[in-house]
Amino acid sequence: MAFDLIVFVVLLACGFAFGRYAENRHYRSIIQREEELRGIPAIAIRFPPIMTPRPETALVSGSVVIAEDYFKRFLFGLRSLVGGRVRSYETLVDRGRREAIIRMKQQTVDLGGSMVFNIKLETAAIASGRKGRIGAIEIHAYGTAIIPTDRAHL
Amino acid sequence: MLLSNLEIVPGRQIKTHLGLVQGSSVRTKHIGRDFMAGLKNIFGGELKGYTELLRESRDEALERMQAQAESVGANAVINIRFSTSSIAQGAAELFAYGTAVVLE
Repeated sequence: MAFDLIVFVVLLACGFAFGRYAENRHYRSIIQREEELRGIPAIAIRFPPIMTPRPETALVSGSVVIAEDYFKRFLFGLRSLVGGRVRSYETLVDRGRREAIIRMKQQTVDLGGSMVFNIKLETAAIASGRKGRIGAIEIHAYGTAIIPTDRAHL
Repeated sequence: MLLSNLEIVPGRQIKTHLGLVQGSSVRTKHIGRDFMAGLKNIFGGELKGYTELLRESRDEALERMQAQAESVGANAVINIRFSTSSIAQGAAELFAYGTAVVLE
């Protein structure tokens, strides 16, 4: 009983310390890369405007699987007693979504594209966070990159 | 083969519609990856192994869709959509579908 409690406290402390550290580091990296990729607009418009000369298009996508930590799960457990917003999971999904969009934009840059149209975001819980199971979500962002054939015209 | 999730292809005319084409892939992780993921679940963060696994299977689903499109004589697939579902504990199905067309 006492041993169980010690294990629980240690896991909680690990989750809190490492989870918070990882989250802060991830947010810093996200903000920096978002700044770098600001020149690539990604929009949810179904029909791109008519462009001359005719641009090339390519399917681009980015995805990430992100796991919850022990502390977040504990907070969720507490929150589910009273209901309401689960902030600890909101930041998790937010990070995943922004990361997926960054990866999609990065692929666009690698292909020489200038913008992304019709972006779709998809979230899937690839495993449930029940006891002894892995709680993780996958976020997939995809869209069509417009690759100008003659940069002088854009 | 041109792949796009737009409903049109900028500057190109669609000559023939060939209907829906699809591809899917069901994959599960191996135990080593699962063990590492279990550790990660305490500390949080990205599960790189899973990201890789799902990307591979999504690419495979796309390839199968392309193969189907080629077999019906299409030169492009437009309006592509993806969907993911976990069909069993630890296994996921990645599904890609779209409309096969012949472009001018």
